[in-house]
Amino acid sequence: MANRFDVRRQNGFVSVAMLCFFLLYLPIATLVVYAFNDNDSIVIWKGFSLRWFHVAWNNALVIEASIRSFQIAAVAAVLATITATMAALATTRTKPYPGLTLKYAFINQPLMVPEIVTAVALLIVFSRIKIWTGYSGLGYLVSAHTAFCIPFAYLPIRARLESMDLSLETAATDLYATKWKTFLHVTLPLLWPGILAGLMLAFVVSLDDVVITEFVKSGGQDTLPTYMLGQLRRTVTPEVNAISTAFLLLSIGIVTAFFFISRKRT
Amino acid sequence: MATAIEVAEKAEREDIRSRWLLSTPALLIVFVAALGPLLIVVVYSFLTPGNYGDVKWQFSPDAWVSVLFERDVFDDTLSLATAYLSIFWRSVSLSLATTVLTLILGFPTAYFIATRPDHRRDICLFLITIPFWTNLLIRTFAMQQVLRNDGIINSVLQLLGITDHPVQLMYTNFAVLAGMVYVFLPLMVLPLYASMEKIDFRLVEAGYDLYATRFEVLRRIIIPLVTPGIVAGSILVFIPSLGAYVTPRVLGGGTNLMIGNLIELQFGQGRNWPLGAALSITLMAIVMVALLFYVRNTTRSDGAHG
Repeated sequence: MANRFDVRRQNGFVSVAMLCFFLLYLPIATLVVYAFNDNDSIVIWKGFSLRWFHVAWNNALVIEASIRSFQIAAVAAVLATITATMAALATTRTKPYPGLTLKYAFINQPLMVPEIVTAVALLIVFSRIKIWTGYSGLGYLVSAHTAFCIPFAYLPIRARLESMDLSLETAATDLYATKWKTFLHVTLPLLWPGILAGLMLAFVVSLDDVVITEFVKSGGQDTLPTYMLGQLRRTVTPEVNAISTAFLLLSIGIVTAFFFISRKRT
Repeated sequence: MATAIEVAEKAEREDIRSRWLLSTPALLIVFVAALGPLLIVVVYSFLTPGNYGDVKWQFSPDAWVSVLFERDVFDDTLSLATAYLSIFWRSVSLSLATTVLTLILGFPTAYFIATRPDHRRDICLFLITIPFWTNLLIRTFAMQQVLRNDGIINSVLQLLGITDHPVQLMYTNFAVLAGMVYVFLPLMVLPLYASMEKIDFRLVEAGYDLYATRFEVLRRIIIPLVTPGIVAGSILVFIPSLGAYVTPRVLGGGTNLMIGNLIELQFGQGRNWPLGAALSITLMAIVMVALLFYVRNTTRSDGAHG
């Protein structure tokens, strides 16, 4: 019986889905292929070469911007994850108490407001503070990144907490464990996959940010994405493709790790 | 003498207090570096623009007036500011078009993924998640390479002999739309998938037993079941489209501005910070309306399904 009636089938859906996957990967594939182009042009193919990776690697501005991106993302992701873990512990596994809804609204606020509006707001406030204090370091970028990373770190941690019941913690308390010991030896190990997932999400979100960074950065504080945005205004060489390809590999690496962690959970 | 009730109440008060302490750092950071500055934007929208950017601390409703109206240079009469309104209109209509197109492409894709066997489902989801977590700028740049005069689309068109000279795709509304659909498609597929995964196919079977056609099953069983996913996906696509800044800047060039670019212009060359602030609040207001619509819809559908 080759043509058994399949209740799940819908006419044409498979073709649209295939088209969708094709469209999603066509531009990325083009971008990656031309990163290996041995030509100054990003459209006329001359031959395979790694020369643009070499150029990017020897471009001091690119390396400097990459290092800055990683520094900001690392600090912001760690800060966001620690504060989000605390906030998640405070907002789950309890009956509603006054201010709980307010906390949800507060923590998720960066997700509700268009990025450009937050960017402009931070530009206004931080430019004032820069004049008052004379400080123009990376602190502004780090605090801005931490704020918009908090909801991304919070979501997986909260989801994980809500799937854990309190019985193990209660058992620990019954056996005279202190609050801190219970947290360290019972809650934290159980919560760990959620925390790790939150940390990775926050890291990627910070690494990817263009708009807020573009508005908040002072002169000479380009991150890799804002550096690339600046490059796109000029004649683009395959160097940008090479940088993008490296960035893409990194994203795939993190997403793969994320998938692995969230799979182990179930 | 403390009764049991009093002891319990005291414990509860302490619990709530420690919960507030625990959440303070996160709340503080969000207030300092996200929520608080928004309140200052409101203040700035009522001030006078400074000569070299920034503001003078002098009340002026001018920024709000010029969001909607144009003051004639000669006789000071007000007329509707067509330039800004047309940018608002372009933003809203492009965002709606993006939402509809991602829904048309994303619905069958999510359905396809949800009806695969488990292991293949994971692979498909993985394929959707990779572009989702890839830098937005990189994806926009990739789209630029496809749309250029010497890009793939034009090469294929010329190869097939449909045109003999390249069609101008870059720096058009079409380019911005194509870019936004490309960039936001995963945001539509993922929530749709989440609600399709839960479909009980016994209901679909019952539909066929009652002689429904495939289209009737789709329209009267599947679509009503996944409405929450459709609404969530549409909101997730519509809101970032409306505030899009990178995609119209890279693909639309200087002429196909959206609200995001108009706001940036006021803080850059325009040197009119109060107007930029007023435009930002207008954008936020539109987003809030969309969110309210979402909240009302989800609460209503929750009620309907018990």
